Amino acid sequence: MSKFFDKSDITRNDVDNIVSDTLKNCDDGELYLEDLKSETILLDDNKIKNSNYSSDLGFGFRAISGEVVAYSHSNEISKESLKSSSANLRSTLKSINGTYNHEILKSNKKFYDDINPIDNKSLNSKIEVLNKVNDFLRKKDSKVKQVTASFAGEQKSIEIIRSGGEALTDVRPLIRFNVSVMLEKNGKKETGVYGIGGRQSYDDYLKNDNWQNVCNEAFRIASTNLDSKPAPAGEMKVVLGPGWPAILIHEAIGHGLEGDFNRKKTSAFHDLMGQKVASEGVTIVDDGTIDKRRGSLTIDDEGTPTERTVLIENGILKNFMQDRLNARLMKTRSTGSGRRENYRHIVLPRMRNTMMLSGKQTQDEMIRSVDKGIFAVSFGGGQVDITSGKFVFNCTEAYEIINGKIGSPIKGATLIGDGPSILKEVSMVGNDMMLDPGIGTCGKAGQGVPVGVAQPSILIDKMTVGGTKL
Amino acid sequence: MVKEQDYLESKASYCLDLAKKMGATNSSVIVSNSVSETVNFRNKQLDEANRSDNLGIDITTYINQKKSSISSSNLLDDNLKILIEKCIETTKNTPEDEFNSLPEKDLLAKETKDLNLFDNTHLENEKKIEYLKQLEEFSSNNEKIINTESSFSEDKSNFILANSIGFCEGYKSSTFSASCVTVAKDNNSMERDYEYTSSCHLEDIKPADILGKKAAELTIKKLSPKKIGSEKINIIFDKRIAKGMLSTFASAISSSAISRGTSFLKDKINEKIFSDEINIFDKPDILKGLGSKSFDIEGVKIDTLELVKKGVLKHYLVDTYNGKKLSIKSNGRCGGTSNLYFDNGKVSYKDLLNSSSKVIYVTETIGHGSNIVTGDYSVGASGFLVENGEFKYPINEFTIAGNFKNMFKNITLANNLEFEYKTNSPTMMIEGMVVAGK
Repeated sequence: MSKFFDKSDITRNDVDNIVSDTLKNCDDGELYLEDLKSETILLDDNKIKNSNYSSDLGFGFRAISGEVVAYSHSNEISKESLKSSSANLRSTLKSINGTYNHEILKSNKKFYDDINPIDNKSLNSKIEVLNKVNDFLRKKDSKVKQVTASFAGEQKSIEIIRSGGEALTDVRPLIRFNVSVMLEKNGKKETGVYGIGGRQSYDDYLKNDNWQNVCNEAFRIASTNLDSKPAPAGEMKVVLGPGWPAILIHEAIGHGLEGDFNRKKTSAFHDLMGQKVASEGVTIVDDGTIDKRRGSLTIDDEGTPTERTVLIENGILKNFMQDRLNARLMKTRSTGSGRRENYRHIVLPRMRNTMMLSGKQTQDEMIRSVDKGIFAVSFGGGQVDITSGKFVFNCTEAYEIINGKIGSPIKGATLIGDGPSILKEVSMVGNDMMLDPGIGTCGKAGQGVPVGVAQPSILIDKMTVGGTKL
Repeated sequence: MVKEQDYLESKASYCLDLAKKMGATNSSVIVSNSVSETVNFRNKQLDEANRSDNLGIDITTYINQKKSSISSSNLLDDNLKILIEKCIETTKNTPEDEFNSLPEKDLLAKETKDLNLFDNTHLENEKKIEYLKQLEEFSSNNEKIINTESSFSEDKSNFILANSIGFCEGYKSSTFSASCVTVAKDNNSMERDYEYTSSCHLEDIKPADILGKKAAELTIKKLSPKKIGSEKINIIFDKRIAKGMLSTFASAISSSAISRGTSFLKDKINEKIFSDEINIFDKPDILKGLGSKSFDIEGVKIDTLELVKKGVLKHYLVDTYNGKKLSIKSNGRCGGTSNLYFDNGKVSYKDLLNSSSKVIYVTETIGHGSNIVTGDYSVGASGFLVENGEFKYPINEFTIAGNFKNMFKNITLANNLEFEYKTNSPTMMIEGMVVAGK
């Protein structure tokens, strides 16, 4: 039963009436309620620098008529506040004569448990782990000059009330554990960052002293970069490692396949449905149903159960990702991709866990086939201009490949390419698909949402590497 | 309407009193409220109307040198009591840090200057719609423009910052902003560009027709771009990209990056990091300035700083905590800079374009390629090829790379500074950067 109105001056029945009255003759809309409890605990420069707890409560009220969205949100859950939001929505949508679509899919599958990760582990034991991380790394090597480690955890409870009183609820746990280390050798400084996370309790990720693996990985990336030489500049072959480098998929084609940009015909992909957009053997899905993953959702932020949406099958463009609004206007169905950062924001079609599936080749075959190129293993972030299709992503660990062999590490560099054509340059797909470690956040229209990516190793025949060495 | 000072003050003092009663030796609190209304248009039709009302409180409690903080959007007294209890409990369990403290009392601002940051005008949505209608008439009147999206926002906010050593100040501010994003298409490509305007006072935002025309013009110019080869070349950064260099500079001189040793500008005070011609100011008292303020988020008074004088770095951006670590006083920069800008250079924009026979003019960069630990810089870019001062054709899908240590020394600025944003730069040229293309 809903707890959102417990301390307010309004009964559930009143709420249902306000929602139904407001949405009369609208095509769609809902009242979205959210209660977010979150914490961050940060160790930096040998000290616990920050322990912050936050509790955020509010609602977002949405009414849609045709293509027009009216939205109003507030943190005051009261009769007066709901009524004033309702009036605000009705004043925006003047002449409306739609038919409310009551249809919403149901599923009883859940992809994570109703836990509160913040209360599951005591503050003292979190501080203890952070101090262990600091000691472990500083004792590991005298080159370690700075260590930052943090826990971030949250529990988000949501309720969606639709016209007619139908209510859908979800409780979403999410945690992240991050380590960053800076090394210094002969005046040269480099950092390495690594993290893990998902929709389970902290201890599910930290068992068997797993924090040590996170430290070792951050240390390994930083020390590799200490020996790096300037990255090459120009067009060359690129081998991407499995897992996190799938940021490429996310940026290069993921955003361009979101329903809103295609309805508005501003995506470079809008007229390519059913056409070949990738090499044969390339299959890409966006999957919200993987157990306890960072990008997974039991229901999306409109109440639609998530699913595994095939975007590209064996090179052919099959589906866009849709929320209810864009699905209705494009005469298709929602793929359970309607998401929002929180109650302050409107719903947009977004990615969940975007994955390129395994092929047949090995990473070794790929590297042996390259005379001159780079092997990119780890990435920072990326960005795309969905209209021109141009995208970038930043390497944080990469090596040169010379005559089929991995050579010296090279400095971080930006890689740039063209979304609609890059996947046609994929000439080998590896058999080693891997999920990312669970720390990704995707930004769109000022809203950040947790996402995942996955891919096997792939060989791209031609891509521009933004180094300094000509 | 945005909540009045009295209401925010009463919440703040309730929290300070409660924290003290529960055992805090010191505490500080920020209570803020903002109300904003946004209208979005697409292809001359209303697309979205959004009203948002945000109330928030941030409380930090100290028990001697132990510190913890909480934040919430629920300002009911019952809820605040539960949260402060939790905060005190967490504070007790957090290890001591010798540098934790409120600012020194004599550094706190004594007064709130009237910087004319609040315009009480309320623009009804109907009027916002009128502005956007006019804007889109001008943004869409070329057949190459296939999509226009525009937006008008009105934002009013108020806050109170109070602490247990007697500081209690706050003020209202307002922002009006409008933007236009257009998409153009020809047989070879589809391109997007934008223009926006933002100001504290309604009367100062750019007229709708100018905004619409400019967005369309910028977008159409980008059509049918070519790729370029890889080479070492001089690059001119449009103002809207050049100001990003200043933001990177500001993060590299923040006292937190300096005290942690994670900045390429550590220990560079009184050293020359730019060429002789470069002066950088951070000026908090510009009337109606988008970054103007009387004190920082700790209540410390803020004065104009000449951060770089004739190329020499003079100040870091210092807050209380990191200042103590570095044994220097806070200069009121907790939370960052105010109105940050490069002073004008000596050459005209035209002379800058003409300064070499071939130069790349960058209008947009993508990616997060600035590393303040090493100073390495590598981003994706698009723009124009300029030959003998003339814009030849649009170019895209290339990267530019370098290291800030060298880039800063090779900056030449034009004399066309304007105060359009919070951080501002004249048009900038950097010599000898590496471009990677086809």
